[in-house]
Amino acid sequence: MIAILPPTAPARMVELEIDGVEVGALEGSTILDACRANAKQIPTLCFLDTLHPVNVCRICVVEVEGSRVLVPSCARKVEPGMKVRTDSERVRHSRKMVLEFLDSSVDLSTTPDVADWKTAYGCDSERYGPPALPAPAAERDHAHAGHHEPPDPDHRATVAQPVKIDNSLYVRAYAKCILCYKCVEACGTDFQNSFAIGVAGRGFAARISTEFAVELPQSACVYCGNCIAVCPTGALMAKPEWDKRSDGTWDESRQTQTDTICPYCGVGCTLTLHVQDNEILKATSPFDQTVTSGNLCIKGRFGWQYVQNRREDEPSA
Amino acid sequence: MHNGTKIISVDPRRTSTAQWAHRHLPIRVGTDIALANAIAREIIDAGLVNETFIARATAGYEAYRGSLDRYTLAFAEQETGLDAGLIREVAHLYARADRAMICWTLGITEHHNAVDNVLSLINLSLLTGHVGRYGSGLNPLRGQNNVQGGGDMGAIPNRFVGFQDIRDPEVCDKFARAWGVPQKNEYGMTMTQMFEAIEHGDLRSLFVIGENPVQSEADQTKTEQILSSLDHLVVFDIFMTKTAELADVVLPSAAGWCESEGTVTNSERRVQRIRKALEPPGEARDEIAVLCDLARRLGADWGDISAEQVWDEVREMAPAMFGGMSYARLEQEKGLRWPCPDESHPGTMYLHERLWDNPRTGPPVPFNIVEHELPIEQADAEYPFVLTTGRRLADYNTGVQSGGFASPLRRSESVDMHPDDVRRLGFADGDRVRISSRRGSVVAPVRIDPTLQRGLVFMTFHFQDDVSVNLLTIDATDPKAGTAEFKACAVKLEPVEVVVDHELPAHAGIAGD
Amino acid sequence: MDLKLLNADPTTEERAAIDTAIVSLSSVGADGVFAKRHLLLPALEAAQGRVGWISEGAFNYICETLQVPPAEAYGVMTFYALLTAAPRAPRVVHVCEDIACKARGSDALINELKRSAGPPAHYVPAADHVLVGDDDVAWLPSPCLGLCDQAPAAFVQIAGEHPIEELFGDVTIDRLRAAMGGTLSLARAPRRRLPQAGGSSLRLLRRVDVVDPTSLDAYRAAGGYEALRRAFEIGPEAVVRDVTDSKLMGRGGAAFPTGRKWEAVAKQTVRPHYLICNADESEPGTFKDRVIMENDPFALIESMTIAAYATGCEYGYIYLRGEYPLANERLSNAIVRARARGLLGADIMGSGFSFDLEIRKGAGAYICGEETAIFNSIEGFRGEPRNKPPFPVQSGVFRKPTAINNVETLVNVLDIVRFGGPAFAKIGTDASTGTKLFCLSGHVAVPGVYEVPFGATLRDLIDLAGGVPDGRAIRAILLGGAAGVFVGPQDLDMPLTFEGVRASQATLGSGVIMVFDDTVELLPMLQRIAAFFRDESCGQCVPCRVGTVRQEEALARIAAGKRRGGIANEISLLDEIGLAMKDASICGLGQTAYSALESAIHRLGLLGEQTGR
Repeated sequence: MIAILPPTAPARMVELEIDGVEVGALEGSTILDACRANAKQIPTLCFLDTLHPVNVCRICVVEVEGSRVLVPSCARKVEPGMKVRTDSERVRHSRKMVLEFLDSSVDLSTTPDVADWKTAYGCDSERYGPPALPAPAAERDHAHAGHHEPPDPDHRATVAQPVKIDNSLYVRAYAKCILCYKCVEACGTDFQNSFAIGVAGRGFAARISTEFAVELPQSACVYCGNCIAVCPTGALMAKPEWDKRSDGTWDESRQTQTDTICPYCGVGCTLTLHVQDNEILKATSPFDQTVTSGNLCIKGRFGWQYVQNRREDEPSA
Repeated sequence: MHNGTKIISVDPRRTSTAQWAHRHLPIRVGTDIALANAIAREIIDAGLVNETFIARATAGYEAYRGSLDRYTLAFAEQETGLDAGLIREVAHLYARADRAMICWTLGITEHHNAVDNVLSLINLSLLTGHVGRYGSGLNPLRGQNNVQGGGDMGAIPNRFVGFQDIRDPEVCDKFARAWGVPQKNEYGMTMTQMFEAIEHGDLRSLFVIGENPVQSEADQTKTEQILSSLDHLVVFDIFMTKTAELADVVLPSAAGWCESEGTVTNSERRVQRIRKALEPPGEARDEIAVLCDLARRLGADWGDISAEQVWDEVREMAPAMFGGMSYARLEQEKGLRWPCPDESHPGTMYLHERLWDNPRTGPPVPFNIVEHELPIEQADAEYPFVLTTGRRLADYNTGVQSGGFASPLRRSESVDMHPDDVRRLGFADGDRVRISSRRGSVVAPVRIDPTLQRGLVFMTFHFQDDVSVNLLTIDATDPKAGTAEFKACAVKLEPVEVVVDHELPAHAGIAGD
Repeated sequence: MDLKLLNADPTTEERAAIDTAIVSLSSVGADGVFAKRHLLLPALEAAQGRVGWISEGAFNYICETLQVPPAEAYGVMTFYALLTAAPRAPRVVHVCEDIACKARGSDALINELKRSAGPPAHYVPAADHVLVGDDDVAWLPSPCLGLCDQAPAAFVQIAGEHPIEELFGDVTIDRLRAAMGGTLSLARAPRRRLPQAGGSSLRLLRRVDVVDPTSLDAYRAAGGYEALRRAFEIGPEAVVRDVTDSKLMGRGGAAFPTGRKWEAVAKQTVRPHYLICNADESEPGTFKDRVIMENDPFALIESMTIAAYATGCEYGYIYLRGEYPLANERLSNAIVRARARGLLGADIMGSGFSFDLEIRKGAGAYICGEETAIFNSIEGFRGEPRNKPPFPVQSGVFRKPTAINNVETLVNVLDIVRFGGPAFAKIGTDASTGTKLFCLSGHVAVPGVYEVPFGATLRDLIDLAGGVPDGRAIRAILLGGAAGVFVGPQDLDMPLTFEGVRASQATLGSGVIMVFDDTVELLPMLQRIAAFFRDESCGQCVPCRVGTVRQEEALARIAAGKRRGGIANEISLLDEIGLAMKDASICGLGQTAYSALESAIHRLGLLGEQTGR
């Protein structure tokens, strides 16, 4: 969804009411846009400005007068006279349950903000019982649509499973996957058009998968890492970060982030270098960057390693 | 494309772009002008030229039209190997499009007639008026992050910063006054000319900054000989490259993009800031500091200059292009596209809008008559294949940077061939074969690639330490731009006698080839 | 597109089957790079039908031919329960384990299969591609097969050059054995006639079991195609006006005024318009559309032609559930015959109007009955519902204006056009006009589809079906299907009109009336309903994907006597889960996944706790 548009006629303003206050919003913008413009905090997980809204996580739901059910603020466009409630009892209840559903089934330990939201909405995931043991490797990859094993009255089902490490650049920890579809969108028509991954299976057995769950090196993956960039939970992670987190040496308080320009081709992507102890640990790109909206290729995302290698093998005068 | 854009890919290989394209034109290597001129003739014959634009904004149309006589569709079909109907369809698609853009990369410019190739494309945009408006134009896609910026800054033999002509006395005078040093009112040498000058003994010292010509230039054997014949070679680089190995002095450099401050210009003319994210290793130093030291030793004390001070001088000396681009604005606005003459100017999305002014402002744009010429070397009985070189996604140039990370996509050098050619020569996928040109020979494994044409083989130049592909390439260059014909040379392929030596790993034979 | 394919080739047989399937379908599709993607599901079905599963070679060939990226095609393939990527026997027997069949003894059949034929074929070992079960035959439990009037039911698929598919009713252990291995004819029970067959008051069902469903001439002799002729006489605007005047409401469950929908499509300036008949009848307990399609297929073709004429549609699809082979056969025959006589195709009946249609078979996904999920399924994407707005009338299949109607709704149009909207509006009640088909199943003497004018009460319908056998008392009645509500004996005088059920906080849904007598234990039924929603959730949105799991787990704890913090706690947890699913799910599946359970708990007091609601 990289759009470079010609100058167009300015959009009209729409008047609507958010939590009893009259506000104006651009025609064609979403309720979420209007809320953010008016300092209303709406939690989001599957939403990203640069991707088409899939509105699947449902944590951003709000109440719109006249609507039988709650509506996803990330996707619903503002309409004149709309009356929106962002913090009603119904809204709070659905958000609490969505958080509990996710927290009780997915490892959210590396998802930003979730701990605060859980407190704010009063979540208690333990009321669903203790978690079941993680699934053996590949079991979830082969689940057949439309069937499941009967529930275990002593445990709650989860998506826990072993991490997939099948290449030198990325790690896929699907025990942390909330199925937000962002990686699929980034790999597909929204950004990369590689289509290396898709959503497979159905229901609670739905999962992100390559065809026949082949390992990434057998897939169409081009290792742009744009899926990692959009992953909201850390289910997808670059290998150096994964390794550093695993051995306990990842320390964001000691890291700096510096924006510069990729040293490779002439597209001119901005790279944000995450540096700890004078060592580059990862490269990201800001989503509001004009040139490629935060997307990179394999060289930009991972090609900085030579700067490190020089430290061991440096030329001298 | 998902919004309906049609891509026409002209490429000898069925690349990823070609596979996405609405139409793929698998052109015979080096016949681009035959194609462009035939498209032009078809556009004219079909009455699809933009008469208003031609009359108002261009010059030399009649002569140009006259030069196209021999470029019939049938001629183009014979020369390019493309179906005449396909050429005709593309001509009509281009001419009838509401907006159309021509983009190219080194397939156009790495030829002995590179400039003519580009001119033939410019002619097409002038015929149809697909220039100077949003969504149209001519777009050379840059292969390096600052190849545009190098030119912007005057790191070319004929221009000062901001593309100001060195031969223009007023310009020359301006720079002489500003720098307090008289400026020579004449063009410098292109790299090709420098190499010739070294060969002739006219150039005896060379300062190479961040470039690895030993491995990146055509005909590596010759390049090594030339550089070795210098009295004095200084290499300023972040790596101990093959070129640096030949140097008398090597100055270790900070990696510009992450260990120092400055700007680069991307393919869309966007000037963007690079920033220092970490300290350079060991004795490596910031480029500006080293250059200032060098100046001091040579007797000109510039003091300690920051990147921003250098940039502000650029703005001062080339205000029409960069005047409005302060560091503060570059920061705030995430880069700006030149021209950007003053602080209130938003930068420029596309160039040449003036061509649509009525009445015309400025000089008309000339059509240029260009003629089809085949590459210097053709396949013949002795060297029956055409070798074209290029790149792969995960690798970059001679591999000194991209070789630093473990890419799951990387596979070592191969000679890619159409399956029929592989079969005809009695090879099998993976067989090690000797590839020889009139200049040298290398050994590489065969890789079957059905996306290639018969008679065309493809190699990269990413793995020069293993397979020195530029031992094969020809040093024929374009007389106007100095670019080398990397895209076409004649080669032959032969089986390699496999000497089984159990003492050595199976690939150990490569190095000696 | 630039596809990275697998290194696998199809067999000659697979290739031929796929080619044939693709050629037989229209080339109408989306623009651009995904132009052939809409053929994906039919191609996958053809590969599966040829050998009984989808090999990597067949899959690869499909991806290459249709230019669909393999990971995307895999996502589609694994979405459907009737498709499998694991090697499997060519013969598969699906035995219904859903509530209507459960009430009539399907548990015994499944237990017999488990004992004699091993684990069901959905069990896929982690090791790649190990053949499950027997070499010759495999079995699977199945959600409702739409044969509730002949419960228990089974569905047999035999792969081959000419694949065989057949639904079997009144299945006994002996018949099941025949279905598993013996002669298929021995698995067939005697055919049941429509209980009201030939009845003079019938409108929608008047030709069922009276007129030969394979003969166009017989259909025309029985008044067929008079409605279309009249439509051409009065013009499209008048047809829409008649439908509006008739006050016809959609019969698929949502009860939206058909006239308004048609008018909205007709006035869209974007072209083309598409017509879709939603024949993915999968709501447990529902089988009325099957009865129409099997026994009066020309009526559906004619009414679709009228609908297309009225709404300006150029092309139509019948999205038929995959488990209805006879309906598929009869409809296919009807389409061929209608086309041969110029009743489909260009310039129909010399009117200048052109319209054609094709059948698209589902492959085992209840969610594909959701109208926007149908669009995705037809387009070759996963059958996930879309967010609304935009509504189908503006942006439906291939993102074009689309009129989508249920089978029963469409067939009503014939009489509306023939006799006029006002005449139709006189039937039934003021707010619920016309007649309605009800699917009586469970513990009634004569299960089947019954047609009555709106206004009849629940008691009338049960009496019509011969009442509860053996003089037993009614324990509960499920109205509207798994997404409906349970009512009790106290509700028998409820008028089965849109307004009547609304007043009682019930629903007509798709016309299901499933009766459970006092021998039935309801908790296992609720567990089955919960399992059904968990299986059928597409998995897209969190409330439904996880909520259906948590709901089933709570019921499992209650059934196992392992309640966390007592029954009241479990019930309030169920209520909380249910409310979130209802409020925050994307589509009707999640929004109604707690509906039947909630009514069983709070209306019938099933779990023995009155919670005061």
